[in-house]
Amino acid sequence: MKFLKSLYQKFLKDVLKGKHDVKLGLYGPPNSGKTTLANTLCKDWLGEEMGTVSSLPHETREINIKEQITIKSKDGQELLFNLVDTPGIATKIDYEDFLKSGMSEGKAKKRAREATKGVIEAIKWLDEMDTVLVVLDATEDPYSQVNVTILGNLQARKIPVLVVANKIDLKRASMKKIQSAFPQYDVVGISARYSKNMDDFYKALFKLMK
Amino acid sequence: MVTLQFVPYNEIETLTSLGRIRKLLNIAKQDKIVLLQGRLKKEEETELIRATMEEINSEFKGIELAVINPQSSDGSGITKFKQDLFSMILGDRQGMTIIGPANVVKSIKKDPNKIELYTTEKRKKN
Repeated sequence: MKFLKSLYQKFLKDVLKGKHDVKLGLYGPPNSGKTTLANTLCKDWLGEEMGTVSSLPHETREINIKEQITIKSKDGQELLFNLVDTPGIATKIDYEDFLKSGMSEGKAKKRAREATKGVIEAIKWLDEMDTVLVVLDATEDPYSQVNVTILGNLQARKIPVLVVANKIDLKRASMKKIQSAFPQYDVVGISARYSKNMDDFYKALFKLMK
Repeated sequence: MVTLQFVPYNEIETLTSLGRIRKLLNIAKQDKIVLLQGRLKKEEETELIRATMEEINSEFKGIELAVINPQSSDGSGITKFKQDLFSMILGDRQGMTIIGPANVVKSIKKDPNKIELYTTEKRKKN
């Protein structure tokens, strides 16, 4: 009986997933440009932004969902999904780092508390995702353990992944470093801030989700 | 002074995932750098990050984490066969995991050939 029930629930989940509830998650370390990419994607297809961005780490401290986004390819194909922007995953959060930007101690401690909760939420949501874009800052060291851990977990959960190398407009950016660090994944280079290479990004997204 | 504590794999082998994470995190919270023989499962790594976030306060700022995996990028022929065989026999005993408290370890830089560990300057308390 239990087996039949779980089979039915799985069937129901799959049917719902297939038709209405495909969740596309944005994961990555803090300040890699997840929300900037979410904003660019939403502006391109919905005409409005999704969240606020800042140069300070941990600007996104809660899960944000934009439902029912439809994107279209040049050959008439459509993708429908809910976009889930998650807080950046970190292994340490020090409120004193926020003080350096001129924030008051109270505000810095509050931000740090919210940021820790955000990381916990982002990890909890891993199981809910159908497809994930791992957004990395192409100017940073790709071998960070957070990147490896996120990708390893997605692989263990058999969730399809596209690695997005963001900030390629910057001189220090290196797509090659990211490609050689994660050769088993498709990597697309973009500048979410300046909408650079978004056509290739959408092509890769269609390839991943179709 | 920096203290390194070596944890052989057999000390965590029989523990539950939660037990492993608690043991390693408790050592890190004593401002010691953990050198674990082998590695945690991927799910345990995220669980370690989650547990770390729950424990962050004004004294404990989190951890720096690095896992060294001996698998070489040359995955062809006999080399790959040997690697797969060792992986099958040794399982998670292969490699090494470094967990450094953020109060002590500023950053760990890793590339396929080397690992660099930068320590923080001790902050003076007024």
